[in-house]
Amino acid sequence: MKKLFLALVLLTAFGIKLYAQDDLMKMLEEDSKKEKKKDYATATFKTSRLINGHSIENVAAGVLDVKISHRFGMVNRGSYEFFGLDQATMRMGLDYGISNRLMVGFGRSTFQKQYDAFYKFKILRQSKGGRGSSPISISAVSTVMLKTLKWEDPKRQNYYTSRVSYAHQLIIARKFSESVSFQLMPSFIHYNLAQGATDPNDIFALGGGGRIKLSKRLSFNFEYYHILPISLVAGEGYRIPGTKNSIAVGFDIETGGHVFQLQFTNSTGMTEKTFITETTGDFFKGDIHFGFNLSRVFTIKNRKSKKH
Amino acid sequence: MKKIIISALFITSAIFAGAQNIYMTKTGKVSFYSRAKSPEKVEADNNEVSSVLNTQTGDMVFAILVKSFHFERALMEEHFNENYVESSKYPKSTFKGSITNISTVNFSKDGTYPVTVEGDLTLHGVTKKVSSKGSVTVKAGKISAYSKFEIKLKDFNVSIPSLVADKISEEIDITVDCKYELKS
Repeated sequence: MKKLFLALVLLTAFGIKLYAQDDLMKMLEEDSKKEKKKDYATATFKTSRLINGHSIENVAAGVLDVKISHRFGMVNRGSYEFFGLDQATMRMGLDYGISNRLMVGFGRSTFQKQYDAFYKFKILRQSKGGRGSSPISISAVSTVMLKTLKWEDPKRQNYYTSRVSYAHQLIIARKFSESVSFQLMPSFIHYNLAQGATDPNDIFALGGGGRIKLSKRLSFNFEYYHILPISLVAGEGYRIPGTKNSIAVGFDIETGGHVFQLQFTNSTGMTEKTFITETTGDFFKGDIHFGFNLSRVFTIKNRKSKKH
Repeated sequence: MKKIIISALFITSAIFAGAQNIYMTKTGKVSFYSRAKSPEKVEADNNEVSSVLNTQTGDMVFAILVKSFHFERALMEEHFNENYVESSKYPKSTFKGSITNISTVNFSKDGTYPVTVEGDLTLHGVTKKVSSKGSVTVKAGKISAYSKFEIKLKDFNVSIPSLVADKISEEIDITVDCKYELKS
């Protein structure tokens, strides 16, 4: 009888001991359910560029991102041009995160001797849980580009402002899963001075792109800009004659502080007005440029007071 | 027979009855540090750790949102979540265990008492038995617990690519610092 009693006490005590830890855990879970924390989607893409154009990502506050991008010649030019590798155009750029929502950047391209500067602002961030969660992220990007090639006709009265063009984009993105993200990029490009008399000054385009992660550090990306048949001035075309829509496919390879982006694209330039509206290569006829973007981040300002 | 069962149940339930012995925190601190010879410090703090301690049985549980670990460098934090602990797949890390020598701690007397904690640590979807030395400090009715221990990333299936192997060490030092308050 005594033995039975002891066994019972031990059994129940043991049982309860196990149960008690789970019980305490339940206590914690119930408590955390009460105050649901907002969970923002992070790392929708690996870097602030999808391929040619912007992705929804910003660099974080206080972080400097040095970007060096190359586009080689067209691969269908054969072995004489070493499949395009004999030529290259290049853009060097610096991006900086002013806050976690706002980044700015500028760059210099060899193509048309362009300078460009932009800001990108996160309007809405994809999140779940908590109040006011959103299924998508939205950012706004505006770029100003300055072409500094010598005047085609120096005898004519030339204005400095004629060199300037603008691109305004909205980026609407969603991270569907750990490995799949998509984004749409409605875009508007304005030339202060159009090339030809009947060329449009204002061009509208809709971009689409996404990524599929192949492994933790490797992703497949694609990006396409479709020029929309919208013309603001009667009698003008809606696109520059002879241009094609920009197509790009590529891979992001991430190694610590670096991201390498390797791509194939029919666009030569790396600024918004050039790749969206001035692409002349026909992707499906092999007018494809091999290229890469190299990104290296430096933390300029450490986050002294870590967020709680 | 009935009496025995009833009394047995009574005794055991009496041990766990009442909230007098349940202490809790939601602002506990857990930090980790990788000891590699790296120019970049790999360390992070989490100040939103919740934990419950039963001072009678010594049972102790922790629940940690992995995403709440904050690094000095934003990119390091992103990589930590994306590539190493995969925090969207395994958002929570938990510890379920107990202070094995709880009887040596006198909760009614101020002082610092050395303790040993044993239990199951779940991280990156892997549960592993861990044991660590630490201390419990009682001061004016408030209880705080401190411990420092080491885990091996390999044990929790967190792999380090060879490219950054010299920057992140296989052993990670973990510091736990929690100040508990009586749960109302």
